[in-house]
This record gives sequence, C-alpha cells and structure tokens, in this order.
Amino acid sequence: MAHSMNITLKVWRQAGPDAQGGFETYSVPDANEHMSFLELLDVLNEQLIKEGKEPVEFDHDCREGICGSCGVVIDGVAHGPQQRTACCQLHMRHYKDGDTIVIEPWRAEGFPIIKDLVVDRQAFDRIIAAGGYVSVNTGAAQDANSIPIPKDDADLAMDYATCIGCGACVAACPNASASLFTAAKIAQLSLLPQGAPERTMRVTNMVDQMAKEGFGDCSNHAECEAVCPKGISISAIATMRREYMKAMRG
Amino acid sequence: MRLSTLLNSPIGKKLITGITGLGLTFFVLMHMVGNLSMFSGDDAYNEYAHFLASLGPLLYAVEAGLVLFFLAHAVNGFKIWIGKRKARPQAYAVYKSAGGPSMQSSSSRSMIITGIILLVFLVFHLISFKFGPGGPGNADASYLTTVNGVEMRDLARLVREKFALSWYTFGYTAIMLLLVAHLRHGVWSALQSLGAMRPSLSALIHTIGGLLGLGIGLGFIVMPLAIYFGLI
Ligand code: HEM
Ligand code: SF4
Ligand code: FES
Repeated sequence: MAHSMNITLKVWRQAGPDAQGGFETYSVPDANEHMSFLELLDVLNEQLIKEGKEPVEFDHDCREGICGSCGVVIDGVAHGPQQRTACCQLHMRHYKDGDTIVIEPWRAEGFPIIKDLVVDRQAFDRIIAAGGYVSVNTGAAQDANSIPIPKDDADLAMDYATCIGCGACVAACPNASASLFTAAKIAQLSLLPQGAPERTMRVTNMVDQMAKEGFGDCSNHAECEAVCPKGISISAIATMRREYMKAMRG
Repeated sequence: MRLSTLLNSPIGKKLITGITGLGLTFFVLMHMVGNLSMFSGDDAYNEYAHFLASLGPLLYAVEAGLVLFFLAHAVNGFKIWIGKRKARPQAYAVYKSAGGPSMQSSSSRSMIITGIILLVFLVFHLISFKFGPGGPGNADASYLTTVNGVEMRDLARLVREKFALSWYTFGYTAIMLLLVAHLRHGVWSALQSLGAMRPSLSALIHTIGGLLGLGIGLGFIVMPLAIYFGLI
C-alpha cells in the first residue's frame, strides 16, 4: 500500500534568462513513496495546469539515470540526498509525510538559467568539441582485439567514460568548476592508445575552453565526486593535471 | 606553451599555488623546529639565529625565494578566489556538502581568509622580530649578548619580552591555529594539485596532511606558552 504523503515544495521560478527569479511554495498533498522525484514534479505540474498556472520547467529525458538531462539542487545538494543517484532515480521513499523540500537550478556563470530549473549546458558541448574526441579514419570496423589494451586500463577508462554530462559537479563545486567533467574525458582518453595522437592538443584546448566558459578553478574540495551520479573519482582531475604538465614539456 | 598562458590557465594557477604552498609548508616546518631550540636555553637559540644570520648571501637568496613564494602563492590564491566569485554570481539559497568522498570543510572553504590573516601576521611578525630591536637597521646595544666568546644579537631576550605579554602570546597562539586550519586542507590539496594522487590514498593523505599541519601548529605554540607560563 502506498502511503500518501503531503510534501511542501519551495521551487525556484524564473520566467526567463534575464528575469528576476524567486521561490514559490507549493503543496503536493498526494505524493507517495513509490514516486520518483521527477514524478513528484509531474504531479505538481498537473496540479498547476489544472489551476491554470504555468508548470515548472525542468529537464529530463531517460528517467533511468543514463542520459544526464535531469539535475536540480535538492535541499542544497546536487541531485539530492542519495549518493551516486541522478535525481530521476531518487525516490520519495527517502522522504516522509510533511517534509519541505527546496529545489533550485544549477547555479553557475557557465550554466545560464533558461527558465525555472532548466539551465543551458552547451558550455559542456563546447568543452568536448575542443578536444574530447578521437579522430578516426572511417572504413570497415576494426577487429576488436587488434589494439591490445591492458584490462586495468580499459576498466579505469570505462569508469571515466561513464560521465553523463549532467553538470552536478559544477553545481556542487563551491567554485563552480567544471574540472571533474573535463578531466573525466581527458583521463579516459589518456588511458587508451586511440587517444594518444591528439593527447597534447586535447588537454590544452579542453582546459582553455573550460576557463573561457567562465567556470571557476578547482580548489580540491572534492565535492564533485560526492555528488557525481556516476561516482567519478577526482583522480581524473589529478590525471588531467599530469597530462597538462606533460603537454607543457612536450 | 607560453609562460603567460601557463600562469593564467586553471591548471597553471593550481601548480603554482601547490608548489609554493608546499615550499612554504617546508619553510614553516623548519622555522618551527628552529624555534624549539629555545628549549635548550637562550644561548642555543641565539646561536642558532646567529648561525642563520651569518650565512650572508645564502640567507639573502633564501629570503628572496621566500618573498617570491609568498607573493606568488598569495596572488594565485586571490586569483582563484576572484574566479570563484565570478563563476557563481548567484549563491544558492540552501547549500550543503554531500559528505562521503567530499573533502569540503571549514578549512577548505576559508583558505582565502586564513591566508590573508597569515599574510598580515607575517608582516607584523617580521616587524616584531626580524626588524625588531637588535635587528637589521635597528641596532640596539641592550639586545647584544656573548655566547662562547662570540658577540651576537640577543634574540632570545626579545622573544621572552614578547611572550611575557598576554595579548601577544594568545594572539600568536590563535594565528597558529589558523595556520593549522590552512594546512589541514592545504597539504592534501597541494598534492592533489600536483597530480600525485591515488584514489585509494586520498583519505589517508588528507589525514596525514592534517596531522602535519597540527604538528607544525602545536610546535609553534608550545614555546611561547612555555615562556608565558614560566616553564622555560
Ligand atoms: C605560512 C604560510 C602559508 C602556507 C604554509 C600555505 C600553504 C598552503 C598550501 C599547502 C596550499 C594548498 C595548495 C593547493 O591547493 O594547491 C595552500 C592553498 C591556499 N593558500 Fe596558502 N599557505 C600560506 C600562506 C598563504 C597566504 C599568505 C595566502 C594569502 C592570501 C594564502 C592563500 C591560500 C589560498 C587562497 C589557497 C587555496 C587555493 C585554492 O583555492 O586552490 N596562503 N596554502
Ligand atoms: S563528472 Fe559526474 S557530475 Fe560531472 S557531469 Fe559527469 S556524471 Fe555529471
Ligand atoms: S533523466 Fe536521464 S539521467 Fe535523469
């Protein structure tokens, strides 16, 4: 039996990029423990639509923690209280009847607010475009084992490759730094032979782009790792720095 | 890569803060150990200070390096802080650390504040001791002593005078606690900044860094307190 819960939401509402935003308080009387956090917002929006009000804009797509579209700051923590969990996978069973939840968008100069809880994350696309790829000559698919890669390297590269580009690392960082996102890609490709030819230009260009987008510098608070839904380690950032030092020398 | 590019890159800034931070940590460690010679008596302390002063050009070179390190460290600390303010123009209404692997702490959040206080203290400290009575440009015959037939500055006397004062002793103690706070995040952070990190060792290195900071701070505090309470 799903117990009905009365949840109060304090949601950041902002009509547009340059509009003055502010909190609105809503009560959702028939939330229940089986709902995901985004379903709670869906229910709120149905309520608002019935009342003839503007629904709350929020980003989402897969709702299974793999696409990286969703992401809001819930009671001060990016993606909410459940570690290694994107907010689409956060469930209301972690809350109880009568709780008040504060919801804010990612706040960073590099992520301007579009509307309500939706921010523009194209800065991430531009960081990747600056070097977060390997150039390959297309042709017939290669045999999978034609380039041997040690298992440990392949596993670690895979850990870094799991970044879904959600932006929680930026949102949670006291400096609004995009270091974890940028470093995850650099560290991933640094482990693989396919990444070798563009290694030097990759790290310099991606780091440059990260700074140009207005993200802050890393102060090693490691808050990013704590909120990353994929649990990507800040060792990626250490690797990025080593790669950068190598690029400086060579 | 051009030097100016490096100096302004997010990673260059961290390399400089990290290298200078570790350099300064090594310096304060040595300084602290040197201070402990006071426990072997005023003569031992004065001889140690005299030995340093007698190094001449070598001492000047080290001092110049220290000034450079302090300035480079502080300038980059400021740059990182200003960048962070720009990077989040609007603060969160509610913000908290997620805990777990996060290394965020009151220390990590207050590096700029503890840093600025340390810088102001440094100037004050140099005026009190290095350039105090008997020091360079401040000759004072009453602060001279003779140890084993060698005439030298009686720095121990000045130290004893300063740490007879309550406000001086406890103010100094408080500042050293801020140094501990700075190093609690700093030592670990510097190693991560220089890319010397293994995820499995993060927590351990953070702890060791904190203990090193604590050791340095306590080492600085014991001598003044011992003098103040008449133990030495
Ligand atoms: C006794 C002197 C000092 C010592 C031993 C020391 C040590 C350190 C160390 C080891 C770090 C870590 C570096 C890194 O994260 O890469 C650090 C960071 C920092 N220091 Fe100092 N420091 C001292 C004085 C100062 C002063 C005078 C300032 C002046 C403003 C300052 C401001 C900072 C700041 C803002 C950071 C954080 C940088 C960041 O956000 O990444 N420190 N310090
Ligand atoms: S590193 Fe983690 S928190 Fe940052 S964008 Fe990638 S998945 Fe999201
Ligand atoms: S909606 Fe795809 S990760 Fe949350």
